[in-house]
Amino acid sequence: MNVLAKTPEVSRRSLLGGGLAGAFLIAFHLPVRASNEPVQPPDSTDGKFAPNAFIRIEESGRTILVMPQVEMGQGVYTAIAMILAEELDADLTQVSLEHAPPNDKLYGNPTFGLQVTGNSNSIRAFWKPLRAAGANARAMLIAAAAQQWQVEPASCTASKSKVIHTESGRSLSYGELALAASSQPPPKDVPLKDPSQFVYVGQPLKRFDTPDKVNGKAVYGIDAMLPGMKFATVVACPVFGGKVGTVDDTAAKKIPGVQKIVVLDDMVAVVGDHMWAAKKGADALRITWDEGANARIGSKEIWQDLRSASEKDGAVAKSVGDIGNGLASGEKFEASFELPFLAHAAMEPINATVHFRGDSCEVWTGTQIMTRVQSEVAKAAGLPVDKVIVNNHLLGGGFGRKLEPDMAVAAVRIAKQVDGPVKVVWTREQDIQHDVYRPVYRDTIAATLSDGKIAAWKYKVAGSAILARWLPPAFQKGIDIDAIDAAVDMPYDIPNFHVEYVHAEPPAVPTGFWRGVGPNNNVFAVECMMDELAHKAGKDPVEFRRAMLGKNPRMRAVLDLVAEKSGWGQPLSPRVGRGVCVQPSFASFIATVVEAEVDERGEVELRKINCVVDTGIAVNPDTVMAQLEGGLIFGLTAALYGEITIDRGRVQQSNFHDYRMLRIDQVPKIEVHVVKSGEPPGGIGETGVNAGPPALRNAIYAATGVALRRLPIDRRLIAAKKA
Amino acid sequence: MATLTINGKLETFDAPPDMPLLWVLRDVLGMTGTKFGCGIAQCGACTVHIDGKAVRSCVLSVGAVGNREITTIEGIGATPAGARAQKAWLDLEVVQCGYCQSGQIMAAAALLAATPHPDDADIDAAMAGNICRCGTYVRIRAAIKQAANGRQS
Repeated sequence: MNVLAKTPEVSRRSLLGGGLAGAFLIAFHLPVRASNEPVQPPDSTDGKFAPNAFIRIEESGRTILVMPQVEMGQGVYTAIAMILAEELDADLTQVSLEHAPPNDKLYGNPTFGLQVTGNSNSIRAFWKPLRAAGANARAMLIAAAAQQWQVEPASCTASKSKVIHTESGRSLSYGELALAASSQPPPKDVPLKDPSQFVYVGQPLKRFDTPDKVNGKAVYGIDAMLPGMKFATVVACPVFGGKVGTVDDTAAKKIPGVQKIVVLDDMVAVVGDHMWAAKKGADALRITWDEGANARIGSKEIWQDLRSASEKDGAVAKSVGDIGNGLASGEKFEASFELPFLAHAAMEPINATVHFRGDSCEVWTGTQIMTRVQSEVAKAAGLPVDKVIVNNHLLGGGFGRKLEPDMAVAAVRIAKQVDGPVKVVWTREQDIQHDVYRPVYRDTIAATLSDGKIAAWKYKVAGSAILARWLPPAFQKGIDIDAIDAAVDMPYDIPNFHVEYVHAEPPAVPTGFWRGVGPNNNVFAVECMMDELAHKAGKDPVEFRRAMLGKNPRMRAVLDLVAEKSGWGQPLSPRVGRGVCVQPSFASFIATVVEAEVDERGEVELRKINCVVDTGIAVNPDTVMAQLEGGLIFGLTAALYGEITIDRGRVQQSNFHDYRMLRIDQVPKIEVHVVKSGEPPGGIGETGVNAGPPALRNAIYAATGVALRRLPIDRRLIAAKKA
Repeated sequence: MATLTINGKLETFDAPPDMPLLWVLRDVLGMTGTKFGCGIAQCGACTVHIDGKAVRSCVLSVGAVGNREITTIEGIGATPAGARAQKAWLDLEVVQCGYCQSGQIMAAAALLAATPHPDDADIDAAMAGNICRCGTYVRIRAAIKQAANGRQS
């Protein structure tokens, strides 16, 4: 099995008429249709059996599965292949994977109606359509064999890429049947397997993409190599929205290997024989900038604006019971929680390789948004969309950064002034300072208690509306359904419940999706507030939560199990605490306990992490565990270190020395337990990210009594007071 | 023209002596298994071996390599420690996005070659220079221990 780097040839095949055409997103988490059942006619090319967009079986028996979602470490290529192969009854050793080309109709995510990988919904959205695709193909292969043997299709079975007629002991391989299967009529209503029949789904199979990732053969966007290719790097205006004033490239042009300086309105690119020439050339440029009005903006002003915006009334996103009366009865507790800007800092710096040929344009990159890259490149190149070829690659981390097309667009603008292909690679400094940042949020929660339970809960989210920019039709009635996602979807039973959203865009700083997405802010605010209220109620944080999970048995079950596995309630040394986080997210249910120690100086040591997840059917349980292990570390990194600050319109951080990451010596044992479930699969990539910060903050609260309300963790506030 | 011995093979190339080895490998020789992550020796994605020791190729001028032996991720499987690390990485399914893993495996192979049975402190010391944004650290630690113990999966 291998993951091919070459572009599949899709243009020769007829495109489906139905599928997702016209699909339109009306709600972020609600698919516009239950599934995109593959309805396109079968299509045989070059001896391949190509019953739908995802499956190609060659006469040799080689089975190519086309991946509608992109592989950025989350293991989705393996999971998708497992789902397809499950219903197809394919032999996985004969399977090869291909990146899908840009095509919303064939490869759009059913939730978005667009070819987007994100929001932890690859498996949720494609579970049914991929199973149907596999089952339909299998039915056609069986029909072809039955016809050849003159027997009833019902008397045949399939296993490991073979159709078998048990009575007579005859069998034919899928390769032998490929041609005949192509002329079978497309079947209708093919039953899917009962989960008890699953051969692959539910097994911790080895990932298909791993072998090439341990020997240097895996090809990421940044590894694209083309004959005659040049290498470029950019210097963008350090102030958001600023423009290039003057450029003195005298010194840069003298650097050996520098070929060309490309001056655009907002950035300058140096093109050379290799990255080293480009980088040295960039360092030698003398540029003055027209910084513009944003040069007056700093973090202080941004936070002042956000705090005052968060005092306003917001658009009501949900209201249950009587919040006015609820908050008027009994003592009211109120707290505000603040989250900083964050950069994505994927290990693969942003990059794109472009060959602009005048009447066409070809792009090599790794992106979460194939079709949007194609259309934005077309605009930048001044070409029709069908003149733009996009070759996707493995992504060296996505985390939402590659839900933006800016790197490809910039590379096209540069490539238009370069003969032949040019690879544009951002330095780490340029990557961190020209990101699309996780927004700042300020969330305020007011609550009252009655009989040790929450009687009223008013939650106001103030922050950026990423969807208003990224997917405008999804931004309706002044509410960003991403920003309030886990504010309205609360696990707890609260009689008077009210959620508002204040649309507050930070000045100057572009904002975008960051792993964990909107629930980044909600899960933190909710789970921190839950601990503060438990404290007010004089209850244990687990017991306090548990008493309000009566209507949510899946949530309560994982909470009970994580309490048991973490040794919740067992005595700890001074300045050591356990913190819990409960979250239903992306149709999964996760409970996490972090144990941490806070030293005299306020330094935090992670001691142990337990996590229990009910994600429905875990297609590949080992991947689910890996995503939680990694997601927790991603979130805890942000909690302990993550903050992008702005001064004079510029990002102050630049590389891993001042935008720090957790390292191996700081990471404790992480135990993830995956609960067996027959429910449909939930999402998993985002969830651990959101679990880490509140669980750690609550552990610090338990260890020190200090209720932190802002990230990253401020060591000064939790240092032991001097005696 | 200059020469380097890379994975046991003599390579001839044209590059200025101040050019970091990373860019010679990637952009001049087309050996893209070694990765660019930070450019300032903060992340370890560019780790290669010079005479068996792990070094950050993004800050090592190619002119300073001389006739010492370079090993990269493309060749590390030919060394006993490298082969053990790669196998353990596969057995324990360490990898996620994989971008940092060339550097992680190179750092681990150097550790295993020098310290065949590393303890946690040895692993911390040898591996703390390598960032993994996907957060595969727990499995990296386990894989190094498995590679050291030579257990079969």
